[in-house]
Amino acid sequence: MKHRRLRALIRKEFLQILRDPSAIAIAFVMPAFLLFLFGYGVSLDARHVPVAVVVEQPDRDTEAFAAGLAQSPYFEPQRFTDMTAASAALQQRQVEGILWLRQDFSRHLLRGETAPFSIIVNGVDANSARLLEGYLQGVWQNWLQQRARSSGVPFVVPAVSTERIWFNPALRSRNYLVPGLIAVIMTLIGALLTAMVVAREWERGTMEALMATPVTLTEILLGKLLPYFLMGMGGMALTVALALTLFAVPLVGSLWTLSLSSALFLLVALGMGLLISTLARNQFVAGQLAVIVTFLPAFMLSGFIFDIGSMPAPVQLVTHVVAARYFVSILQTVFLAGDLWPVLLVNSAALAFMATIFLGLTWRLSRKRLD
Amino acid sequence: MLARIYALVIKEFLALLKDRATRVVLVGPPIIQLIVFGYAATFDLNHVPYVVYDEDGGGAARQLLAHFEGSPTFRIVGRVSREEQIAPLLDNQSALVALHIGPHFSRDLLLHRPASVQVLIDGRNSNTAALALNHVSAILAAFNLQWMKEHGWRAPPAQPELRAWYNPNLVSRWFIVPGIVALLTLVVTLLVTGLSVAREREMGTLDQLLVTPLRPLEILIGKALPGFLIGGLEAAVITLAVILWFRVPFKGSVAALALGVMLFLLAVIGIGLLISTLAATQQQGLLGVFLFLVPAVILSGFSTPVSNMPEAVQWLTRVNPMRYFLVIVRGVFLEGADMTTLWPQYWPLALLGAASLSAATWRFRKRL
Repeated sequence: MKHRRLRALIRKEFLQILRDPSAIAIAFVMPAFLLFLFGYGVSLDARHVPVAVVVEQPDRDTEAFAAGLAQSPYFEPQRFTDMTAASAALQQRQVEGILWLRQDFSRHLLRGETAPFSIIVNGVDANSARLLEGYLQGVWQNWLQQRARSSGVPFVVPAVSTERIWFNPALRSRNYLVPGLIAVIMTLIGALLTAMVVAREWERGTMEALMATPVTLTEILLGKLLPYFLMGMGGMALTVALALTLFAVPLVGSLWTLSLSSALFLLVALGMGLLISTLARNQFVAGQLAVIVTFLPAFMLSGFIFDIGSMPAPVQLVTHVVAARYFVSILQTVFLAGDLWPVLLVNSAALAFMATIFLGLTWRLSRKRLD
Repeated sequence: MLARIYALVIKEFLALLKDRATRVVLVGPPIIQLIVFGYAATFDLNHVPYVVYDEDGGGAARQLLAHFEGSPTFRIVGRVSREEQIAPLLDNQSALVALHIGPHFSRDLLLHRPASVQVLIDGRNSNTAALALNHVSAILAAFNLQWMKEHGWRAPPAQPELRAWYNPNLVSRWFIVPGIVALLTLVVTLLVTGLSVAREREMGTLDQLLVTPLRPLEILIGKALPGFLIGGLEAAVITLAVILWFRVPFKGSVAALALGVMLFLLAVIGIGLLISTLAATQQQGLLGVFLFLVPAVILSGFSTPVSNMPEAVQWLTRVNPMRYFLVIVRGVFLEGADMTTLWPQYWPLALLGAASLSAATWRFRKRL
């Protein structure tokens, strides 16, 4: 009996979805489209950065230095002979940085003194500027070694570091941004799918009509949840397929941990949408709330792009209520590092807890309002 | 005509503000988000957790480790005595970096030979990893300079001086926080305008409006003005907070920023109204708002530079008003940019505003 009622409700929901195809667009077209666009668009790997090279007195030594820039794919060097023109170029954003070898550069070298030179960057985008400084210093280090070899004057650096980068040896930013994007996108999709459906029923008065039938509240909520859950999982599968094929993100972990944690996360996202629409009971407000509480927190506070470890302690505390935070952590680990159980278990437990809270609150609030 | 528009604007404001939930949505979240995001949005590393595996234990190793302990960027979370102990710490993210100093470190240095330090790093977040490696190199370089001086080693043949314009300490918050002005203004303005026509259509009150003497253009102006006023007010308040609370230097002129805000608002309102006139239901309207908002934020240069995008995507960002406005806000705040230097940003915004507003008017007329 109960089973039959639930089936009828799910069938009703599916018919409604088919009649207004925007839900299908949300579940399948939107995630794939957004990931396609962002996967290409979001990158922290600079390439071909225009850099001014100011050589005031060109000779063999300065040419060897400048050649290091030309060989690197990071830079697109532009030659200048004096600082005035280079400064103007930096001001007008034609170049992002300046490497300045002064007139006395080679003279210092010949005398065996330390020749000073300048690295100047446009600091407005501090993150890119820092990375650029790092790359330019890399050119300097290479030059030091090359010079020690070619000039026959051995130059010994005391402590030398050998770096081993785990999980993402080429430091390809796409490898961590694409899994993060999946979490951000699925937060949106989950909330959007459900945020307005319950509000719509309240606003149109069809919720009261449903209440008057013998179906129970649990059945109504399950009838809302299940169809959208299935559609959401479909959208999720699409994005994962895109990440693996088009963006060539490695999947080190197993597919079943990925599916299981995705299902858990989807329950949280859908639960949040249901809760919003139960609270708002009006599509306009439900829509506004969905924008504010889903997208921006998932974008800024999930660790998708801004590292949570670098935030001040009170803000780190706030991030704990953002479900995407746990999913970003799970996805980055499963994709790049593998099934590391300590990470997976802690984050999955948090997701399960949040799902329970959201769905439980929705259930309680709907009942209360019925009386 | 002015009296009619005035009446309509009053009605729109009442419709927006009489609903307690909408009132709360328009005032509360922007303030909370400004504070939380302002502190959250940073690429600067601090307290990077690291572990030390020191097989040497000699004076040179201690001296090197003291450099790390003195740095505010790093925070030691433990010392291990066996190599196998490192992996679990990096795996479960208790440490981002592991420093492994080999058994002959001090001896090699005293014998005037290069000594190697192994740096293991969790590369899951490649940006954090790259920045942390930069910091490790800087600390090693400082240690090396000191060691060379104290032990009479030959100095390096060349040494760089680093300088950064506009932001000498490279505080990434100075870059991100002015961007939040653009982010929150965009969200609020889109929310006010994006669903406005669709709501009236779904509730049937649009037909009532149409039988009044109001002309379609007047109805649209009535819908646009509240968004303009609310968006402008929020932009002003957030800008003040960025200057007074977050202490980001404001070097440029208020007029240059105000012109930018106005053009930005017009473009966003035009797009919001266009979405609203295209949507048959509020659900479609919301979907449209999302479909515009999310790419507009992510592909704007707010968090990742536009110059890193492939050509095709960069080309696409030219229809994104946020892209231009971000350059304006950051230029005015940090570089002291004036109206002449910002001209290349102003005219595309004006063009976007004119195009979207006329498209919305045309759509609205046609639908009648």
